[in-house]
Amino acid sequence: MEQAELRRWEARCTQEEPPRCRAACPLHVDVKEFCTRMAEEKYDQAWATLCRTMPLPRVLARICDGPCRRACIRGQAGGSIELPALEHVCAQRATRQPRILPAPSRGKKAAVLGCDLAGLAAAWDMTRKGIAVTIYTDTPPADALDGLHIPPAAADSIDSMLQQELDTLRRLGAEIQEHTEITSGLAAGCLEECGAVFITPRAYDRLMAGLPEPDPLTLGTATHGVFAAPPLPCSVTEGASPVAAAAQGRRAATSVARLHEGASLVAGREREGVFESTLFTSLEKVQPAPPVPVPAGGYDATQARNEAARCLRCECMECVRHCIFLQEYGSYPKQYARRIYNNESIVMGTRQANTMINSCMQCGLCATLCPNGFDMGALCAEARQSMVRRGKMPPSAHDFALRDMEFANGEHCTLARHAPDTQASGWVFFPGCQLAASDPDSIPRTWEWLRRHLPPSCGTAQNQGVGLMLRCCGAPAQWSGRNELTAGTVAALKQDWENLGSPVIIAACPSCAVMLRSNLPQADVTGLWEIMDSLTDSRPDILQPATADGHPAVVLHDPCGTREDAPMRQAVRSLLERYGIAVHEPELTAETTECCGFGGLAAEANAALGKKITEGRALRLGAPPAQGKTAEAAPSGTDLQADAVTYCAMCRDRLAAHGKRTAHLLDILLPAQADAPAIAAAPLPSAQEEPVAGTLPADCCAQGFSAAARHAPSLSARHENRARLREYLLTSCWDEAPAASGPQAALEIRYTAQAAARMEERRILDADVRKVLLHSRDNRWLQDTRSPQGHRLASLRPVVVTYWVEFTRHDENAFTVHNVWSHRMHVRTVNGRTPS
Amino acid sequence: MSTMKVLDKDYSHWVCARCGQPLQPATVELEYLDSLFNVELPACAACGLVLIPEDLATGKMADVESLLEDK
Repeated sequence: MEQAELRRWEARCTQEEPPRCRAACPLHVDVKEFCTRMAEEKYDQAWATLCRTMPLPRVLARICDGPCRRACIRGQAGGSIELPALEHVCAQRATRQPRILPAPSRGKKAAVLGCDLAGLAAAWDMTRKGIAVTIYTDTPPADALDGLHIPPAAADSIDSMLQQELDTLRRLGAEIQEHTEITSGLAAGCLEECGAVFITPRAYDRLMAGLPEPDPLTLGTATHGVFAAPPLPCSVTEGASPVAAAAQGRRAATSVARLHEGASLVAGREREGVFESTLFTSLEKVQPAPPVPVPAGGYDATQARNEAARCLRCECMECVRHCIFLQEYGSYPKQYARRIYNNESIVMGTRQANTMINSCMQCGLCATLCPNGFDMGALCAEARQSMVRRGKMPPSAHDFALRDMEFANGEHCTLARHAPDTQASGWVFFPGCQLAASDPDSIPRTWEWLRRHLPPSCGTAQNQGVGLMLRCCGAPAQWSGRNELTAGTVAALKQDWENLGSPVIIAACPSCAVMLRSNLPQADVTGLWEIMDSLTDSRPDILQPATADGHPAVVLHDPCGTREDAPMRQAVRSLLERYGIAVHEPELTAETTECCGFGGLAAEANAALGKKITEGRALRLGAPPAQGKTAEAAPSGTDLQADAVTYCAMCRDRLAAHGKRTAHLLDILLPAQADAPAIAAAPLPSAQEEPVAGTLPADCCAQGFSAAARHAPSLSARHENRARLREYLLTSCWDEAPAASGPQAALEIRYTAQAAARMEERRILDADVRKVLLHSRDNRWLQDTRSPQGHRLASLRPVVVTYWVEFTRHDENAFTVHNVWSHRMHVRTVNGRTPS
Repeated sequence: MSTMKVLDKDYSHWVCARCGQPLQPATVELEYLDSLFNVELPACAACGLVLIPEDLATGKMADVESLLEDK
């Protein structure tokens, strides 16, 4: 990433923008911090916050006219925060005065002509910049606030407060020359002596009459070194704004300091005065609350606390609030962009952000929520591609998913054919490799349904058939940042599709639809659900949906692949409505739906985070909370008790495996016939009596759609299901004999519950175990002589991962597997020799 | 290159099925992502069949693999 690119990314995230109040304050008081402290009744800390930015704080905090109130976003939800009253209370109650120190002298001088609030503020700031300043005045300094609006509550104390701040100013090194007539001769003399002069509003008319107005940005005049502030507009009843006056003095002091340093007078000062902040703050969940009325004598402690507590502590965090991945790394996208940039810049050392980059679901929710469309997924996708290009992608991050893809696109799983007894296809059904893995049985019946009901009028006489393509769309390759692999995968897919005559693709999986539309733009891609919706519009009887016990209702989970696919989301809702199934929507739904954790291969690269993401989504879909936790509040009018339904096989399996009963839409619309032959692989044979798989609590399976309780298949079963589906179709549709199975298939393996659990956790397949056991038969194992059961250990490194299997052997072909593990480190030599 | 000792337990009750020899500590050269390490691990003195126990594979070895992947 180039630095300019980083800046472009950073500019989109407004989280570091100041709140509107601070931007609207000419002095940029940190109102958010101040209110936070005041709400905690920490007056000393609140006072320190004011003193950091306010000149003459004892005075200004009592007479501040609160221009922030015009910008305060709380104004849209009850009324703006009464900041002047809070500042006044704070000034009264604070007991500790922060030490204000003059800066070391820089040997520079300045003169301030006239003694008003702007002049005093200028002198205050100059002393703190190490400039020796002298104020020349013909009016008593005690009159400095004349003409300003003084609130009644401050009237009694303000004179003594001004005296105190004048003392502070003298202590800081400022000189006040009283009884000095302000003349142009004095100005010329001061300029000669100091090199910098500030003409205050009080002296302005006398010294600037007939001269051009000063530059509003720098207050510079036609004479080099002379700065001037014109008198502020002053309403008859109110007087001029004290904060604006103080800000004039601050501007002059900044110009004088820059002049003395030889720095640019204009550079980077755009935001010195009042400006518009771009910080976005949502009021969506803010309850309106009116301001605490300000009594004539000011707030008491309780009133002040309550008023300060109304402050919304404005920040954006729209994306972070709704994304477990963004929360995981403790910051927000602007910072993450910097981390990613730094990660890429490392030549030697540890790249700290690799896991973060690989943990993003790339689901697009942040971009949808962000007012500026910051897309963390796109940022991470670019970063991953760059890591791959530079050879810095951790090999283990996506290894399993990519091998899974390779298998799904290999000879045992792929198929691209016209329907039996047809020679052309106007359509091709593309169920996707995860539906084949999750529920292979749903594919033949859906394909058959399409063949029966897609009207002949949809195609020409030659291409009325509905073909079938079994393969992976290439999403894992793209998500892992491997551009070449993606291109190769798409090329093979394109070849298959063209061989079928480039038919319209009917995708069952939303992610496949997204991938195919972007990577195979010449193809006409439609969702299975749009087809089902349009076919049943006039003929609802061609589907006989499953029935649920009680009133049929579902909680709908839109897969993240449909975020930009409103027609698909609409078709699903229309189908459910057509068959009388009430739809309850979670809070985040449709274009703001949440990812199940598989998107972007997040759960592959960061299994622990993937689990957290899926559990979070399951809870928000109404999964029973863990013991001691409270259930998520449902949006009003919504019942999250019902089974969830979704239309992505991966979403279904992950949600079902993390505590929410979830059906696939096909389970409901086109349920399996009782007499249909079963294709799906059985759970791994168990060494115990109970089947190994089992993730849903038994007590939640009492009602709803029975398919919602279907177990998520194990990783091994997902693999096998794809191969079994192909085999089933070849024999049943085309009468082809199944391929002869290899010697590994002859092994009878049973797994202990521990071994089966470890296989899921450690991404080890039944097929891997079979390879190890087959390899071990030639006396290549270790015998544990202490084990009464005769435990053995064998290992094999088929490609890059070494698999270990701890087992007992019953006969030549029968084994019980007790444990499995793997590593990527490779044994090169043993005692200097290559092991035989 | 010095040899790291990462295992404390005795693995001599594991016997190589082919050679019939109990495993003995051996200097094993391990490689990952162009980095080499010498580690003392139990191995068959005759054929060099090495045992990498579960704790090591999923513990220290996994940590080092992940560290090297982020280099």
